[in-house]
Amino acid sequence: MTQQPTTSLGRIAADAAARRPRSEAPPGPVIRVRDMDFHYGAAQALWDIELDVPRGQVMALIGPSGCGKSTFLRTLNRMNDTIEGTRVDGQVLLDGANVNSPDVDVVELRRRVGMVFQRPNPFPMSVYDNVAFGPRLHGKSKKAELDERVERCLKGAALWDEVRDRLKSPALSLSGGQQQRLCIARALANEPEVLLLDEPASALDPNSTAKIEDLIFELRGRYTIVIVTHNMQQAARVSDSTAFFLKGRLIEVGSTRTVFTNPARPETEQYITGRFG
Amino acid sequence: MSRPAGSARVDYRGSIGSFLCAGAVATVLLAMVLLFTLLLMRGAGAFWPRDLVEWKMADGAVYLVEEIETQADGAIRARLANRELYDLDFKIARPEDILSRSIPADALRLERSENGPFHGYLVSEGEQSWRLRAPDGAEIELPAAEVLRKSYPNQMGLLQRLGAWFAGVARFVTDEPRNANQEGGVWPALVGTSLLVILMSILVVPFGVMAALYLNEYARDTWFVRLVRVAVNNLAGVPSIVYGVFGLGFLVYGVGGALDHAFFSDSLPSPTFGAGGVLWASVTMALLTVPVVVVATEEGLRAVPRERREAALALGATRWEMLRHVILPGARPGILTGTILAVSRAAGEVAPLMLTGVVGFARELPVSGEFPYLHLNERFMHLGFHIYSVGFQAPNVEAAEPLVYATSALLLALVLLLNLTAIRLRARVRRSLAGK
Repeated sequence: MTQQPTTSLGRIAADAAARRPRSEAPPGPVIRVRDMDFHYGAAQALWDIELDVPRGQVMALIGPSGCGKSTFLRTLNRMNDTIEGTRVDGQVLLDGANVNSPDVDVVELRRRVGMVFQRPNPFPMSVYDNVAFGPRLHGKSKKAELDERVERCLKGAALWDEVRDRLKSPALSLSGGQQQRLCIARALANEPEVLLLDEPASALDPNSTAKIEDLIFELRGRYTIVIVTHNMQQAARVSDSTAFFLKGRLIEVGSTRTVFTNPARPETEQYITGRFG
Repeated sequence: MSRPAGSARVDYRGSIGSFLCAGAVATVLLAMVLLFTLLLMRGAGAFWPRDLVEWKMADGAVYLVEEIETQADGAIRARLANRELYDLDFKIARPEDILSRSIPADALRLERSENGPFHGYLVSEGEQSWRLRAPDGAEIELPAAEVLRKSYPNQMGLLQRLGAWFAGVARFVTDEPRNANQEGGVWPALVGTSLLVILMSILVVPFGVMAALYLNEYARDTWFVRLVRVAVNNLAGVPSIVYGVFGLGFLVYGVGGALDHAFFSDSLPSPTFGAGGVLWASVTMALLTVPVVVVATEEGLRAVPRERREAALALGATRWEMLRHVILPGARPGILTGTILAVSRAAGEVAPLMLTGVVGFARELPVSGEFPYLHLNERFMHLGFHIYSVGFQAPNVEAAEPLVYATSALLLALVLLLNLTAIRLRARVRRSLAGK
């Protein structure tokens, strides 16, 4: 394999890496996954996952449909608990503590590990109430404090300028792209350490997608971001590291630039050159 | 019209089907229109001041009547009034038996507290008594206290009649019934119906919603839960009189009797809660309508998208917080639908009430200005039962007929009004949920 099979993706990844501020030392992992298996009832969906998510960076999870990348993402904040009959074996360590141990408060876990879904899902309330939803749940109800936080999170989600005059209008009157950024603002309002994005732009038009990608770029550093995406250009553009999943197994993980220019495994190469998936 | 040759047969069958279906819709619409027209015409017509027509009959008799309708055989049906003079309230005469028909300008119509209305002529109006002349010329005296209202319908213009009609309708709605319910208004029945519906809603909505929440959100999908759901659905099909029997046996005699022994033993053997009353009737109605609320609420809960539930959980909401802040508000259209259906049903249902506390005439309203304001043990009147009691149990059923139609029209209007209010409310909630 002397030729460069992934020229365009590789160039995108290289360009993106060049735009980023260079981090001095490789940060320690915020999430460490060890020897994890996952079952939906009798059907096993994930096998032997070993993965470290570096702090303050963006990690992309790629792979064909049904490869388990979304399932994996949902094990990180235990969203799979909401599905009956699921089982996790092995360890998912957030700052060294196993998130699946019985003494972990799942409410607190989900506050620390926020999530944004594929389809924008704002609540049928005002823009303001959507962003204030999480803080209110966690006992923040002082008006001044909430106002400040709502503004900060809407600014953080690059939505403030568009909605500053309509904070009281219903969130569902926003456009799809705005709704998705609102969902990001809503997740940020909990002041999470980790943000999980499950194909956050796949239901949006290219313009809104670009805004979401810019936003991910902005949030990088302050938050650890794990993003599931079908779109490899997107993975190349926004992520520092990339993990490739196939049939419930983690095939390869490494810096995005390496994965897209010089993958170690033939399956990865086949996938990113579009030979399957 | 050109179409592919092969599709002709399919279109032909389709047109037969659509013909039958459209026919069915047309029949239903026609039936509805007939129902509304009949009730409105007969009901509203009861308050229209009609001309008083003097009939000079071939046999020498003279009557002053309100002509109601011409029957299929050509005979005229007319209201006689002056119950103390005639045996009948209505006179049916063939046109050839009437020598002359005229509309005397000074013909007087009195509403009286006794013996129904009077048609005749005024001789003198005294402090103590009125002197009147009957249509046949005989003079009679009437205590002034018995006179409620006098009018000269033959002198009224259209506007005056319209005014009198509105006043009549207003009196019908706001007056107490008189003369064994055959005259006067239906105010107590209206109050009773409203109170019943309100009490029932207060009872049934929280219970139905909580039951639906349990079935849809907490219970796992086991055979037992499925059995409960089937049972709830089937409850809606239990004949309403059966609920009445249950209400009488369990609530009135059982619970009510126990309450009397525990708290009102001083007044025994006369029962306080151990007899039918508005509380037991409301509870019975709530039992009757709870399946409707449960089913509609479950529909509403299922309509809340899964993404929205996940969004709440992912923000660190507990299950209860998710239900409280996201699911229940999202299920409001379903809950409102259930409430609408329950309220309509309760407003119109009569059979169970007959066993649990409705009466044809109640001396007192179940609400009053005196402590404790709401008298839950009181028997009450109800529009639905009022129709039955006036129409079939009044001493003079024929005379009360206009009131039967008027009460029916009022009940129908009340149910329609309740439905329309709730439907508008639901539409508004739906719009706000959709972000418009």
